[in-house]
Amino acid sequence: MSTQAAIELKNICKRFGPVVANNNVCLTANRGEILSILGENGSGKTTLMNMISGIYFPDEGQIFINGEEAVIASPKDAFDYKIGMIHQHFKLVDVFTATENIVLGLDEGKYNLKEAEKKVQEICDLYGFELDPKKKIYTMSVSEKQTVEIVKVLYRGADILILDEPTAVLTPIEIRKLFAVLKKMREDGKVIIIITHKLNEVMEISDRVSVLRKGEYIGTVNTSETSESELTEMMVGKKIDLNIERTQSENVTPRLEVHHINCSNREGLKVLDDVSFVANAGEILGIAGIAGSGQRELLESIAGLQKLDSGAVLYRNPKTGKMDNLATKTPLQIRELGVRLSFVPEDRLGMGLVGNMDIVDNMMLRSYTKGKGLFLERKAPRDLAEHIIDDLEVVTPDANTPVRRLSGGNVQKVLVGREIAASPTVLMAAYPVRGLDINSSYMIYNLLNQQKERGVAVIFVGEDLDVLLALCDRILVIGSGRITGLVDARTATKEEIGLLMTKTEAMAQSDDEGGEQNG
Amino acid sequence: MISAFIRTAIPLGVPLLYGSTGEIITEKSGHLNLGIPGIMYVGSIGGVIGAFLYENACGNVLENMNPFLTIFIPLICSLLGSILMGLIYSFLTVTLRANQNVTGLALTTFGIGIGNFFGGSLSKLVNSDMPNIILTKTSSLYRTSLPFADKLGWFGEIFLSHDFLTYFSVIVALVAAFVLNRTRVGLNLRAVGENPATADAAGINVTRYKYISTCIGSAIAGLGGLQYVMAYANGVWSNNAFGDRGWMAIALVIFALWKPNMAILGSFLFGALCNVNNYLTGLGTATQELFKMLPYVVTLVVLIITSMRKKREHQPPQSLGLPYFREER
Repeated sequence: MSTQAAIELKNICKRFGPVVANNNVCLTANRGEILSILGENGSGKTTLMNMISGIYFPDEGQIFINGEEAVIASPKDAFDYKIGMIHQHFKLVDVFTATENIVLGLDEGKYNLKEAEKKVQEICDLYGFELDPKKKIYTMSVSEKQTVEIVKVLYRGADILILDEPTAVLTPIEIRKLFAVLKKMREDGKVIIIITHKLNEVMEISDRVSVLRKGEYIGTVNTSETSESELTEMMVGKKIDLNIERTQSENVTPRLEVHHINCSNREGLKVLDDVSFVANAGEILGIAGIAGSGQRELLESIAGLQKLDSGAVLYRNPKTGKMDNLATKTPLQIRELGVRLSFVPEDRLGMGLVGNMDIVDNMMLRSYTKGKGLFLERKAPRDLAEHIIDDLEVVTPDANTPVRRLSGGNVQKVLVGREIAASPTVLMAAYPVRGLDINSSYMIYNLLNQQKERGVAVIFVGEDLDVLLALCDRILVIGSGRITGLVDARTATKEEIGLLMTKTEAMAQSDDEGGEQNG
Repeated sequence: MISAFIRTAIPLGVPLLYGSTGEIITEKSGHLNLGIPGIMYVGSIGGVIGAFLYENACGNVLENMNPFLTIFIPLICSLLGSILMGLIYSFLTVTLRANQNVTGLALTTFGIGIGNFFGGSLSKLVNSDMPNIILTKTSSLYRTSLPFADKLGWFGEIFLSHDFLTYFSVIVALVAAFVLNRTRVGLNLRAVGENPATADAAGINVTRYKYISTCIGSAIAGLGGLQYVMAYANGVWSNNAFGDRGWMAIALVIFALWKPNMAILGSFLFGALCNVNNYLTGLGTATQELFKMLPYVVTLVVLIITSMRKKREHQPPQSLGLPYFREER
C-alpha cells in the first residue's frame, strides 16, 4: 500500500453561529481501507463529512487529496475530486427509475438511457449489487434505494466514498450484504469512510476508527488493536460533574405502568418492541438512547398520539386511586387526567406551539374548550402568559409577540412553562434543553426538579449522558425500539450507559436472526 | 355535417392546447402558474397592438403590407408580452418565493386589466363606439390555410383547412413531450419539479430551470391568445371575448395528467365538447348552458378517476406549488 494518504484533513474547524461543530479535527484515510468515524449524536461527524463533500465549507483548516491541497466549495467540486457521499436521507426522485436517478444532472454527451442502464448493470455486477436499473424508486425498499445512491456515486467515478449512517435503516441481512459490497470496494482500492455510532459494526467492518466527541477530535486507533470498551470510553468521555442538585423525594409510588407496548411506523417497521417500564411519582425517569431509537414514539404512545399495536399504558389516578388504561383514551382525555407532554422536536416549533401566534394565544391552545358559550376566555391565558414570562424570565417585548420571533431558549421556556402550569401528574419532556445556553438549561432542570418534589412523575428524554446521570433518579436505556437496560443514575457510569445504547443493538440483532432461523 | 363539426371544433381547441402545453412545462418545474389566463390575454392583446400599429403604418392598405412582417410583428409583440408576464411571475415566485397561487391570480387579474385597457384605448384611437378593434387584413394572412383544402372533400376540410398556428400548436406539444421524456434537459426539468433538493445536489441549476421553463411556458400560452384573436376571431378584438379559455387550459393540464401529448387529445376533445351546443338544434338557453358545462364535468370525472387509481406517474409533480430554498434543509 502506498504511504500517501488518499484524503487528509488538517485542523478543520467549523462553527454555526456560537456553536462549534468541529474543532481542530485531523483525519487521514488511505486507499484500500475502511475508516469508521465514531461519535455520539451531535459530535460533529456529519458536519465533518459534509465539508468533504462540498455542502459546507470549513472555517479553518485544510483538506489534502492525494497529497495536494484541495478546495471543495460545492458538491460539484467534490465530484471532480472523485468524492461521493451517500447521505442518510436519500436524495432521489421517486417517480424516476434507478437509472434516471443515477444519470440525473450529468452531462456526458448524448442522452441514451439504454447505454446508461447497461453501464449501471456493469457496476452492479462488478461489486455484487442487486439492482434492477429500470425499477422506479417509489416501489423500492430502503435498502434498494441505498444501493441506488451508492451506484450513483460509483457511476460518477467516485473512489472516495462517504457513507452517513448507512446501516441505520437496514435489516441485519441487508447490513451483511452491504458490508460484503463495501469489502469488495476496499479490495478494489477505494477509500471508504463510514459514519456510525454502532460499535459492533465498527469492529466488524473497519480497519481504523477515528473518534469524535462534541466536535473535538479524540483520536484514531487500529480496529485490531482496540476493544469496544476502549472505544466507548473515547466516545463518551470521562464523567463531568455538573452540579445539578438531585433531591430525594419521599412517597415514591408507581404512577404510570407501561406494559409490553408494540408499535409500528407508517412503513410497517417496528418502532417500539415490547416496551415495559414503570414511572414513579416523585421521581425523574431518564430515557437515554441514540436519536431515533423510539423515544418519540414512546412518549407519543403515552400521550395517546400514537396507535399501539398491542400493550397497555396503565395510569394510577392519584385522586381516586383507580387504574385507567390510557391506550383506550383520546389525547384530550389523557390530558385531562394530568398527563402532559412537552416535546421539543428538532425544529422546536413543530409540536406544541404555533409560531405565528403570540404567547397568549399559545396558552389558549390548551384552554380553548374552557370558555363560556360562543366566546373564548382570554383573561386567564393572558394572566398565565404574563406569569410565565415573569417566573421563567422569558425575554420578550410583551405577551403579544409571535412565538416565532423568540429565541430558541425562550420558546422552550414558554412550552415547558405552559405544561407545568396545568399542574400535571405526569410530565414528559423530550430534549427540553436542546440548543439552550447553560443558564436556560439549568432553569429547565430546576423546573423539572420542582415538579418532582411536588410528586409529579417526570419522564425526561435527554441527549447528554452527563445531564441524565446528574438529574435523573433512574435511567431507562432504549435501543432500536427495545428497552436495553434500566440503571440507577446514582451508581451508573457513562460507559455503562454508552455500552447499553450501542452494544446491545448487536444483541438485539442476534435475537432477530435467531428468530428468523426458527421461523 | 360531421366534418363541419370537427372543422369548427379544432380551432376551439387550439388556444387550450397552447395554454395547457405552456402550463405543463411550467408545472414540471414545480410552479403552478394560475396566471395563465392573464398571460394568454396579454399574448392576445400584444398581437393586436403589433398588428394595429403595422396596419396603420401601412395606411391600412393590404397591398402595402409585407406578408412576412404582417405575420412577424404581431407574433413578436405577442411573445414579448407573454414572456414579460412569465418573467414577472418567476421573479416573484422563484427569486422572492412569493406564494404561487396568490401571484398567479394577481397576474391573471393584471393581464386581463392590461388587455382591456389597451383594447379600450386602441378603439378610442379609431373613434369606434364599441371597444372593438378590427384587423381583418392581418387576420386574412394569419388564416392562410394549406393548399388543396377545399379540393379534397372531408379530408381537406378536417385536416388542411386550418391556419398555421393550429398546426404549430400540435408540433409544439409533440416537441414538448419529446423534450420532457427523451432528453437530458427534460429529465433535469422533471427532477426540479419533483424534488428540487435532489436536483440541486445533482448539480442542476434549479433557479435557472424554473425561470426558463416558466418563461417558455408563458410564451407558448401567449400564442394561444394570438391564435384566438387572429385566426379564430377573424382579427376582431373585443374586450373579455377571450372568456374562460385560460382556466380551461389549466383544467386540461389535470385532464392530460401532465403529459403534452395527452393535452393534444384533451384540447381537441374539449373543443368538440364546447362545440356541441352549437350543433344541437332546438335547445333552450338553459339546456345550452348545461351543455357548456360538459368540459368541466369531464375534467371532474378524470380528476376523480385518476385520484382513485393513485398511480404515482399520474400525480402532479411532487413539489408543485412549493417554494425551494436551499438553506431550508
